[in-house]
Amino acid sequence: MIGPRATFDRELHRLQDEVLVLGGMVEKAIIRSVEALKQRDQDAAREIIQRDQEINAKRFEIEDACLFLIASQQPLAEDLRLIAAVLEIITDLERMGDHAAGIAEINLMMEEEPLVKPLIDVPRMAHIGVEMLRASMEAFVRRDAETALRIANRDDEVDQLYNQVYNELLTVMFSNPRTISGATYLLWVAHNLERIADRATNICERVIFTVTGRMEEINVRQSPGESKTRALG
Amino acid sequence: MEDGKIIVRHLNFFYGTYQALFDINLVLKERQITAFIGPSGCGKSTFLRVLNRMNDTIPGTRIEGQVLLDGEDIYAPGIDLVRLRQRVGMVFQRPNPFPQSVYENVAFGPRVMGLDGKLDLDELVERSLREVALWEELKDDLKRSALTLSGGQQQRLCVARALAVRPEVILMDEPCSALDPVATMGIEEVMRQLAREYTIVIVTHSMQQAARVSDCTGFFWLGELVEYSATRELLTNPQRKLTEDYVTGRSG
Repeated sequence: MIGPRATFDRELHRLQDEVLVLGGMVEKAIIRSVEALKQRDQDAAREIIQRDQEINAKRFEIEDACLFLIASQQPLAEDLRLIAAVLEIITDLERMGDHAAGIAEINLMMEEEPLVKPLIDVPRMAHIGVEMLRASMEAFVRRDAETALRIANRDDEVDQLYNQVYNELLTVMFSNPRTISGATYLLWVAHNLERIADRATNICERVIFTVTGRMEEINVRQSPGESKTRALG
Repeated sequence: MEDGKIIVRHLNFFYGTYQALFDINLVLKERQITAFIGPSGCGKSTFLRVLNRMNDTIPGTRIEGQVLLDGEDIYAPGIDLVRLRQRVGMVFQRPNPFPQSVYENVAFGPRVMGLDGKLDLDELVERSLREVALWEELKDDLKRSALTLSGGQQQRLCVARALAVRPEVILMDEPCSALDPVATMGIEEVMRQLAREYTIVIVTHSMQQAARVSDCTGFFWLGELVEYSATRELLTNPQRKLTEDYVTGRSG
């Protein structure tokens, strides 16, 4: 039997699939941007920046689909919350893509300069960020608020790593002022990764909203580390 | 005493042996717009007509429980039905003006109630037409036949006719279902204005209309009031599965 909302259900599924596609594009961009930095591969960096256009275009495409669904189907209850959440989630994904492109930009700005220290915690931050992104997409598809909350709490790990990277780079700078420029670049990279994890947390909040209808911010605490990341915007 | 213009307690309603409403309990707050939604045959219109005893005109109907208007049971023996329907007015699905002039349509109720001073009537007609935003359109045309008005104007005239007897509660049974979108918006604007002074109860098939105009919404299903809460809550985050399925259009 064809349900009264068969067309709408099909469109909602498609919308969800498109969000996953966007999530996949962003995930690749993050992984590649850090890999390119590690290898100091500038061609790869340029390609990441180029590909960011595709991420932006996909985001607008999904936004357009959301607006048309609202206009044509007049969604209510969970359908409405889902579409509202998608509008927020794609903004977060697109911004995560910008952060990946930002890392690629830093890679280009560093020109031929070697890394001031081997990358250890930075790839870790990227790894956790990507895991959070992947898991948040899965929680979104499964409408799993509990998992979403658990994933969001991993933001603390990233914040801790960020503080660690920050302190290490300060030490490097103090010991050799000629590293200041190179260390600052890496600090920006770490900052981009820290923001990526924050965006993944936002996505988790939207998953929780979709499922429960509760709009609340996760991880609102004011540790010194957090105020630092806040200050850097 | 609960705070409410109308309080319904343990209401059961029967058409002969067929039970159409089951144990309805709710409070309708004063100067608010309450909407009732639900599929055809769910009992929402029956419930609306319970509120001013319009069902009394249908033979074989029977009611159990209480309907209190300002604390007074409207089904108690000795209730004056004319007075009840003056206090609780009604507007129907299709505009049904009398085949008379605009003026006479509005003046009809007050005349029946014994008001006959021309000045008083003029004032009442003007006030009622102003309340439904028809005065400016029709003030120079009061003798015109109501049947020559557009559908939206006719329906606003019917609201004005209901208002002319100075009711406290206005019941509206799908008041916009015969109107085009612009006329619908017009009625909805009028409703929002009227809610400052009157208690309004509306039955609608349009959830978007409920969302636009009402403060509270009740969802009826097979004669039961499944969920009743602030409209914003009921339409964005309903608590019952039946409500969710209905408002998302999935109850088949």
